[in-house]
Amino acid sequence: MLSKLHTGVFARTGRAMLMAGAALALTMTGANAETLRWARVADALTLDPHSQNEGPTSTLLHHIYETLVGRATDGTLQPRLATEWMISAEDPTVWVFKLREGVKFHDGADFTAEDVVFSLDRARADSSGFKALHSAVESVSMVDDYTVHVKMAGPSPLYVQNLTNTFIMDKGWAEANDVVLPQNFAAGEENFAVRNTNGTGPYTLVSRDPEVRTVMAAFGGHWDATPAVTEIIYTPIAEAATRVAALLSGEVDVVQDVPVQDIARLQQTDGIKIATGPENRNIFFSYDMTSDKLISANVDDNPFKKPEVREALSLVIDRDAIQQVVMRGQSQPSAAPLPPFVNGWTAEMNAYGKPDYERAAALVAEAGYPDGFSVDLHCPNDRYLNDEAICQAMVGMLGRAKINANLVSQSRSLHFPLIEKWETDFYLLGWGVPTFDSAYIFNFLVHTREGSFGSFNGSRYSNPELDAKIEALATMTDLEARDAMIAEIWDKVMEDRVFLNVHNQMLAYAMKDNINLDVHPENQPKMTTVTFGN
Amino acid sequence: MNRLARMWDSDIAWSFRHSPVAIVATVVALIIIMGAVLAPWVAPFNPFDSASLNLMDGFTPPGVPNQFTGNTYLMGTDNQGRDIFSTILYGARISLFVGFAAVVFSMVLGIGLGLLAGWRGGWVDSLLMRIADVQLSFPSILIALLIFGVARGFIPPTMREEVAIWVLIVSIGLSDWVQYARVVRGAAMVEKSKEYVQAARVIGVHPTRIVLRHILPNVMGPVLVIATIGLALAIIAEATLSFLGVGVPPTQPSLGTLIRIGQQYLFSGEWWIILFPSIALLLLALSVNLLGDWLRDALNPRLR
Repeated sequence: MLSKLHTGVFARTGRAMLMAGAALALTMTGANAETLRWARVADALTLDPHSQNEGPTSTLLHHIYETLVGRATDGTLQPRLATEWMISAEDPTVWVFKLREGVKFHDGADFTAEDVVFSLDRARADSSGFKALHSAVESVSMVDDYTVHVKMAGPSPLYVQNLTNTFIMDKGWAEANDVVLPQNFAAGEENFAVRNTNGTGPYTLVSRDPEVRTVMAAFGGHWDATPAVTEIIYTPIAEAATRVAALLSGEVDVVQDVPVQDIARLQQTDGIKIATGPENRNIFFSYDMTSDKLISANVDDNPFKKPEVREALSLVIDRDAIQQVVMRGQSQPSAAPLPPFVNGWTAEMNAYGKPDYERAAALVAEAGYPDGFSVDLHCPNDRYLNDEAICQAMVGMLGRAKINANLVSQSRSLHFPLIEKWETDFYLLGWGVPTFDSAYIFNFLVHTREGSFGSFNGSRYSNPELDAKIEALATMTDLEARDAMIAEIWDKVMEDRVFLNVHNQMLAYAMKDNINLDVHPENQPKMTTVTFGN
Repeated sequence: MNRLARMWDSDIAWSFRHSPVAIVATVVALIIIMGAVLAPWVAPFNPFDSASLNLMDGFTPPGVPNQFTGNTYLMGTDNQGRDIFSTILYGARISLFVGFAAVVFSMVLGIGLGLLAGWRGGWVDSLLMRIADVQLSFPSILIALLIFGVARGFIPPTMREEVAIWVLIVSIGLSDWVQYARVVRGAAMVEKSKEYVQAARVIGVHPTRIVLRHILPNVMGPVLVIATIGLALAIIAEATLSFLGVGVPPTQPSLGTLIRIGQQYLFSGEWWIILFPSIALLLLALSVNLLGDWLRDALNPRLR
């Protein structure tokens, strides 16, 4: 009863304050207290900065903690706690980070090099979700208060790209609160850092009710300019329709994860606007182009092994129709199997022609299948935007070239193992590229499957010459020669038609129309970038 | 002729002629069944032939020309450009086939086990009825989901799509046999102690023959009533499974699949994708259910 009374009183005072705020805003625009209510599909799993490498968790933590380098909305790296970073002139295996001076943690402690050393060590602990990103690190050492050296096992020119989600915490605070090691999330462990924070970020944690509500307020002692949003109320809403309804009813100000079919309706709604932008993720089909016989086909050989059939596939796909109808405009059709953000992308790779069904059917006949053939097409139905609908559309298009595809669409937990275990002949996959470099794609999708390479190489593609080039990329320090090597590899991959790319996914955020927020390529919007006004 | 006349004069036919609900329900059910059976000749398009679909026809509103292709469809099209009217006819085919087959499956299984339990009694009866009790304590859709999931695990991945529909039938059938078994067992126990059965036993008729020729015909009345209502339930169970995305393949939509597709577009204003299939499912299930109700009343001497 008492608590209910309290909430009532608070709500009333809150409303009074809001009205006062609105009145103030009218009289003296700018530099006012602005609250932003933000909803998305899921909550952060934990607030421990090194426990979980997962989208919603990192997105929320970016407001409280900071990283050495940040990722701008155009995909480029930008200085954050590090002001400069370079490979040491004396030793190509050492990365040098110059740190920002005068930065304070939320509890008033100074930010220095020992905090960076501590945090990078913590991020490499066994219970850390980020250890794979730092696997090439041998040791981290402090040179002076504002310089850190990271010694790598070998030359690692792209290591800095791995740092965009590795947060820096205060060594003294962590030791005082017994959180020197990250929370072991899988073991169900809890620690002080799961619900309490002490970062250098632009917002401090005010209150947190997991899965319900998290409140953050602007940190007065932050090194950067004070953001327009001074208070954030973060609410996870799992159900898509409820999330959209919350925005329509004015309960929240910004909604992330808007379903594509609701975008048009939201755009027509007064007072609501939509920001769209490309995600750093492409969606493509691939096929077993190496085995002598397919698992599910009704013919005794492997049609995908024949270049004519692979060419026919590239002629049946109508990317524009998929974009207009299935994706309602929310995609960038492309023949290049990598998003434009990624180093190695070119406009030539991106270009594609109109579908030509007659030519495609002729090619299939030429390859030795005058009556066509049938094969299973595997597709996830809960992973990418409208994934099952894309596959259904593809089945229809394949049918026009006498390729009879049986669609098997299932949950991602059943779909992905088929690719990893080589149990599918023909499948849909989406690939995000967190390092923004082609090498990440080559390592997982193009290199022959052996050791840590090729785990998602479902095409069984194997080219020893390319493998050698891919392995060389990891330690090349001459970036011009490296880019030329990447281009060579792509030329061969495109010539062999290893991938049949569909499009790059687009993200959409919906918000009240006096709010400006750009879409972030990794779906990690920062509320510090929000501005108000039209 | 004589026989037809006798049928016309029978109690059942009299009751039917005097029940407007039964007549309307029969007409509606027959229209849907005929439409489904004759779908290849009645439907303007074949929605299961993926190659004939044009994606650009997707999301056409009913009776309004498509903005890209200019084609017009009576009930509009779904997200893949399938004509909703044709898809309902073809979808009802799948729904009805699964419904009938599941009912026949559970009826045969239920009658068999019910007769066995009722005739043999003792531990056979106890065992079968305890299994039935356990199964009755779970919702039947849960059991169907469980059986469907387990069965898929055993079937090699390459065969799954071809046998999906049969797995669906077995799942729904297995989740529903208990109703038949309990009714048949009760009736069989009553009949077993009657004098004509005793007489048959005395003159040395084989037990199998007694069960099949003497007891079975006397328990069929209630079984037919359950089967009719069970048909409606099986159609709804199939729609539920397909709605949950575990039923028939997406390229061969049943009514439940269409409703699943449609509910994604409710908020964005494409109401026709969910509305027409829902109405079709409602009419089909309601008319079959009403027929079952009427049959139960007509066969129940106490209500006459």
